Amino acid sequence: MDAKRREVLKTGGGALALAAAGIIRPGEAFAQEWNKAAFETKSVAETVKALGGGASTPSGSIEITAPDIAENGAVVPIAVESKLPRTQAIAILIEKNPNTLSAEFEIPAGTDPFVSTRVKMAETSNIYALVIADGKYFHAVKEIKVTIGGCGG
Amino acid sequence: MADPMRIRASMTGDKVEVKVLMAHEMETGLRKDASGNAIPAHFIRNVTVTHGGRTVLSAQWGTSVSRNPFLHFRFKGGKPGEKVTISWLDNKGEKRTDEAVIAGG
Repeated sequence: MDAKRREVLKTGGGALALAAAGIIRPGEAFAQEWNKAAFETKSVAETVKALGGGASTPSGSIEITAPDIAENGAVVPIAVESKLPRTQAIAILIEKNPNTLSAEFEIPAGTDPFVSTRVKMAETSNIYALVIADGKYFHAVKEIKVTIGGCGG
Repeated sequence: MADPMRIRASMTGDKVEVKVLMAHEMETGLRKDASGNAIPAHFIRNVTVTHGGRTVLSAQWGTSVSRNPFLHFRFKGGKPGEKVTISWLDNKGEKRTDEAVIAGG
């Protein structure tokens, strides 16, 4: 257990530092807010920016578990595991969806840097697992081929 | 009122493994009904999981999380018999909170 990180996160200073780093906006730690701007982004670069990052670095320490081919784009299982120390957040981005950002998870100390969920994909696309670790932004990419899109009518 | 979540929380080694299935349409707002009218977006935006008063996971979701969302994660510090509480809040202000007791490994 990383005692120092816990200590930093426990104090108000920690919250301010996180706010300064753009990970949380003021007030977000205390109320359920929704980052509308981030969920309206239409490219990976825009999403990274809306989540408070400048740019993200490719990393071999992020593992995406998902099918190579998804027959049904409405239900695509995706798991992301980060081996980066001090992973604070994991986000799932789908490059060719109408809105890039699908989900963002905040990982407190004591919770494994792992999440698994199911997402909708409009068409064959790269998916990005974006990880914020120690205030820095990293990502891994995987292409998933979609037979039938999951967002149409 | 939305249907209850199905939650399974169980020990795997020293960690609590949590799997949740929520009942929600997760409507994107991009689809049209049979007469061509847009179906308004209706989706879960916030999910919070707590254990012993501590948040063990919080999430913000967009419209592209699948209908009847599934979530799986693990955290340390829980014991069998203790409770895990999960809440969601959607874009129309509807919410739901359910809890599960952690089962032994």
